Order: sequence, then structure tokens, then C-alpha cells
Amino acid sequence: MLKYIAKRLGQAVLTLFIIITIIFCLLRMMPEEGYLGANYDKMSEVQRETILTEMGLRDPVPVQLAKFYRDLLHGNFGTSWIYRPNVAITEILADKAPVSIRMGLMAIGISLVVGIPLGVLMTRFKGHIPDKLGMAFVVLVMAIPQAVYHLFIQTYLTDALSLPMLFKEANVMSWILPTVSLSLYNTATFALWMRRYMVDELNKDYVRLARAKGVKNSVIMASHVFPNAFVPLIQTIPTMILSTAMGSIYVESLYSVPGMGGLLVDVIQRQDNAMVQALVLIYAALGIIGLLLGDLLMGVCDPRITFVEKGGAR
Amino acid sequence: MTVENSSTAPVILSVRDLDIKFNLRGRVLNAIRGISLDLYQGESLAIVGESGSGKSVFTKTFMGLLDQNGVIAGGEILYNGQDLATFRTERQWRQIRGREIAMVLQDPMTSLNPLKTIGSQIGEAIAIHQGLRGAALRAKVLECLGDVGIPDPEHRYKQYPHEFSGGMRQRVVIAIAVACRPKILICDEPTTALDVTIQAQILDLLKNLKRKYDLTTIYITHDLGVVANVADRIAVMYAGDIVEIGSCEEVFYTPKHPYTWALLSSLPQLGVKGQELYSIQGAPPNLFTEVKGDAFAPRNPHALKIDFEERPPYFEVSPTHKARTWLLDPRAPKVEPPEHIRELQREGVRRHGG
Repeated sequence: MLKYIAKRLGQAVLTLFIIITIIFCLLRMMPEEGYLGANYDKMSEVQRETILTEMGLRDPVPVQLAKFYRDLLHGNFGTSWIYRPNVAITEILADKAPVSIRMGLMAIGISLVVGIPLGVLMTRFKGHIPDKLGMAFVVLVMAIPQAVYHLFIQTYLTDALSLPMLFKEANVMSWILPTVSLSLYNTATFALWMRRYMVDELNKDYVRLARAKGVKNSVIMASHVFPNAFVPLIQTIPTMILSTAMGSIYVESLYSVPGMGGLLVDVIQRQDNAMVQALVLIYAALGIIGLLLGDLLMGVCDPRITFVEKGGAR
Repeated sequence: MTVENSSTAPVILSVRDLDIKFNLRGRVLNAIRGISLDLYQGESLAIVGESGSGKSVFTKTFMGLLDQNGVIAGGEILYNGQDLATFRTERQWRQIRGREIAMVLQDPMTSLNPLKTIGSQIGEAIAIHQGLRGAALRAKVLECLGDVGIPDPEHRYKQYPHEFSGGMRQRVVIAIAVACRPKILICDEPTTALDVTIQAQILDLLKNLKRKYDLTTIYITHDLGVVANVADRIAVMYAGDIVEIGSCEEVFYTPKHPYTWALLSSLPQLGVKGQELYSIQGAPPNLFTEVKGDAFAPRNPHALKIDFEERPPYFEVSPTHKARTWLLDPRAPKVEPPEHIRELQREGVRRHGG
């Protein structure tokens, strides 16, 4: 098991290395005007060159890359160029990340706590009204572009529920709508897959045998059908983490949440390459760790999955 | 042996005029059309018939395991002074399932929960019906594992289904079924999914358990080899009805219903080398429509005119042997069964001295 994790982590580092290198090289192809902002026109050629040399952009790309990795190995993401010039990126993130992480975790929590029971309920009343209502919700959330219903929720629900439109960290009420908006998509996905996998399992022979044994229906659901349906569902958890991160980019800027999601959009627009690199690294790592977690969790839940190589037994 | 058995042993389960219908997208399928059957204490009854003849559906009703869209449209299933056909709630059925009537399913590869240990799956049934917990439960499960011939039960107890071979899994399924000492054991094609060498072992195991725990067994199968091996009595089903029933010898050696003739003629063992294997012409009737007369008539080369008009009653051949065909009516013309059936008959006479 430990060997397996070590191997997967090694692969993860390699993947991150490739992603970062590609992003780094692509960012070097951006037009130079972007680094100088609104003052570009007023500067002389010499001024521009001085600034660009100072930023290290006149070095050959491999040299820049080597310097970047050297700093990274020392845990140093570098400093922001434009967003907050010369402030360490770690410091900026320390400000921003906690809000995003808290909101993201809460949103995923809500999705799990609401989505999975909803899926179970839909299975229980398959073909009847609760199932149909649930399905309507799922289809609605999945079919409408996220941007549309996020905006809709912000515009109308704030009024209807008299909740604040903008986020303030100290105000608990202002957390509700952005967090709920963020959780909607995952809630629908969880409900949909939970229902689907449970219905699949319900038709299997072992359920029939359990019934023939005299096991109560509710016990069959809870101790036979649910665990078996949950195993494949675990695979979707990494995607959930990613889609929450994606959602946060839009939701955070909509409610002016001072988090990382809004930050990424901001720094891309302002061509703060150092910040972009650092954020891409973090998001990529998040995705890869999510995948690894999903796989490990599956192994914990399903005895058929082992992390020991069997020498091509399968 | 069989004849005395069925005439003296008490009736344990009695089915009277059972009708089962299925609703399929607004159409009604008459799956079981008025079956009556007495099951005697301690006997081993085989129900044979082709796919779709209603064998499984028929026995599923004894445990309330019909699919959602199936209903008992009429008739009674009398067991222990109760009419099972009137059972509606899960609570009522749980008194029967596992405790009184148990079942072994066809495919051992899928009939166990892949996420639970063998021990806990057997234990679940025992805990429900005998209320055992902890060490007592564990001891009982180990006893069950030993009972069905699983070596090293201590070790096997903790293992998961995927660590067992098909034959071993079927043993586990059987252990679950007999764990609560049911009175009746229904084996729904218990060996179909297993390879031949294992089949004989499983059938032996079932026979031993039957003797040991005084079980009444019902085998559902289309494998006549299995039937000959285990059954005291045979019920031949066709299109949702029992067309012939009798002791094993009677049905094999002196079959009376043309469908039984056809079924036996299809046995590859009876074919002559070099000749084409016999197969029954035509297809089973469409059960969505009301069947008129004898359901087998359209495929029956010996069909009489009345076969298409009126459903034959049961004609008694012997006290234990009945068949539902007009050919047994005294007014019917004499129809000789096909050559190899008569050969079987002669063999029967040789073996059993008439």
C-alpha cells in the first residue's frame, strides 16, 4: 500500500513537472506590452528594457525555467509581478486560500450530504413522484449553463430570501448563497449517479438472495445495495473537487469573494505570470491528489481492489 | 420407494389453481395458468420444462419473490395452515423466507455480495432467524461452512466471494440456504452455471443435506440428467401449466403427454449416432393471449381436433401419475409414442420388472 502511494506520488510529481513546464513556456510567448500595463505608451525603449531585464524576462527561457524550479524546491513561489508587486506569492495566497478552501469544502460537504440521500430517495421511490422531482432538479442543474443559474440565484434569491448580495467573511449569512451555488452541480451529479448505481445493484442476484434469506428491505438497501453502489461513486469524487474549483472561479468573482478562484482570472488578465504559474501548480496538484484519493478510497471500500501487484494476475 | 413416499407422507405445501399474471407495458401475460400441485414432506420434486415455461416464476411465488409487475390473480398456496397467496406485507413474508422455505439461485458468481465476507453473509441469515450474536453466531457459521464441505472454515470465514471458485461459492450459497434449517429448499438450476465435474459434487452435497436435515426439495431444471439423479417425482411444465406429473420412473419410462415425449426425444443420449438430433418443431405459444385448448397442440403431430378446442383435464394413469392430454381419454384413438420412447419403456420394464 505504501509502495503504491509512493509510486503514485512519484507519477504525480512528474505530471506536475510537465504541466508547469508547458505553462511556463507558453506564458513566455505573451506580448511584452502586457507586463508594462497602462504606462507602456509613456515609456522609452530604454525604460522598457530596464524593467523587463529586472523581471528576468530577457534571460533565455531555459535559464528562467531553471531559476523558477530552484526557487520552487526551496518552497519559494517567487513574488508577484503586477498584482501586488514584490509581495511574496505565498503571502498573497495565505490571505486568499483559506476562504476558498473553506467554501469549497463546505460546498462539497453539502453536495455529499444532500446529493447522496437524494439519490437514495430517488431509488427508493423509483418511478414515483420523489424520483421525478429529483430527476427534474438534476436535469435542470445539468442542462442550464452554470453561469446562468449562478447569476439567477444571485439576482433573485438574494432578494427573495433577503440575503446579502456580496460576500463578507465575518457575515455568516453572506456565505450561504455562494456556497449553495457552488454545491449545486455536484449535488445533482451525486444524486444522478447514486440513483443509477443503486438501481443497477438492485437488479443483481445477491439482492435477490438476500431477500430470499429473509433480510428486511431497509437492511438490504443500507447494508447491501448502498455500499456496492457507493464504490463506483467514489471514482467521481476527484472530478467533484475539480468542478468545485472551476465553479469557484465564477462564483467567487460574482459574489466578490476574496478567494483564489477570482484571483486566477484576475492575474491571467493582468499577465502576472509568476502568480499564474503558482496557481496553475496548485490547481493541478489538487486534481492529481483528488484522483489519488479516489483510487485509495476505492481500495479501502472494495476488497477486490488491492494495491499489491499480482504479477499480471488480472 | 417414491410411490409409498408420496402416498403416505403428509402434504407440506399445497398449491390450488394458481394463476399468475404479469403486466408488461400495459399487456397482460398469463405466466401460470391454473396449476395445482401437492408437495409431500421429505420428497424431492423436479420441475422440468423449457425456458419460459414458468418454472422459476411458479416457485418464486412460494417465497413472495415475484417481480413488482407480477400478481397472483387467483388460487391458493397452502403452507402450515396459511394461504401464502394472500400475503401482502414484507413482514409476513419474512416469517417464511429463509426460515421455512429457502432458495439456491442459479449463478453462484453473482449471488453473493462482493463487498461482504463469506462469514458475514452466512451469519446474516442465522442472526435474523435464530437471533444469535457474537461468538455463538461465529461458531454456528463455522459449523455451516463445514456442513457444506468447505475446507478450513476458520480461514475461509474471513474471505470475500472473489477468493472462492464457482463451485465453492455455490457451496456458500447452499450453506446460506440451509443455515436456518428450512423445511423446503428450492434449487433454481443449481448446477447450470457450473462445470460438469463440479455439478455432480454439488448434487451429492444437496442430496446429503436433504437427508441430514430432512429437507423437502424442489429442483427447477431443464437438465434431465440432473432430474434422473436427484428427483423422486417429476412435474413437466409447458406454457405455464403442469402437463404431466408422476414418479421419476413413470415419467421417464411411461410418459403419456406428447410434450414429455418430445422433451425426452430431445435428449442427445437417446439419439442414434449419425442421425440428426430431434428438436421440437415450432415455438411455445404466446402467453399474452388466452390459450385455447391444449397449449402444446400446435406443435403436436398427434394433436386431435379437440386439442384445439377444449383444455384437457388430468387423466389418471396411476395413483401417482397424471397427464393432461386428450390422448388418455377412452374415446381417443390409440396413438403410439415415438420409437425411442417405446424403447425407454422396454428398458424400464427390464430394469424394474414391470
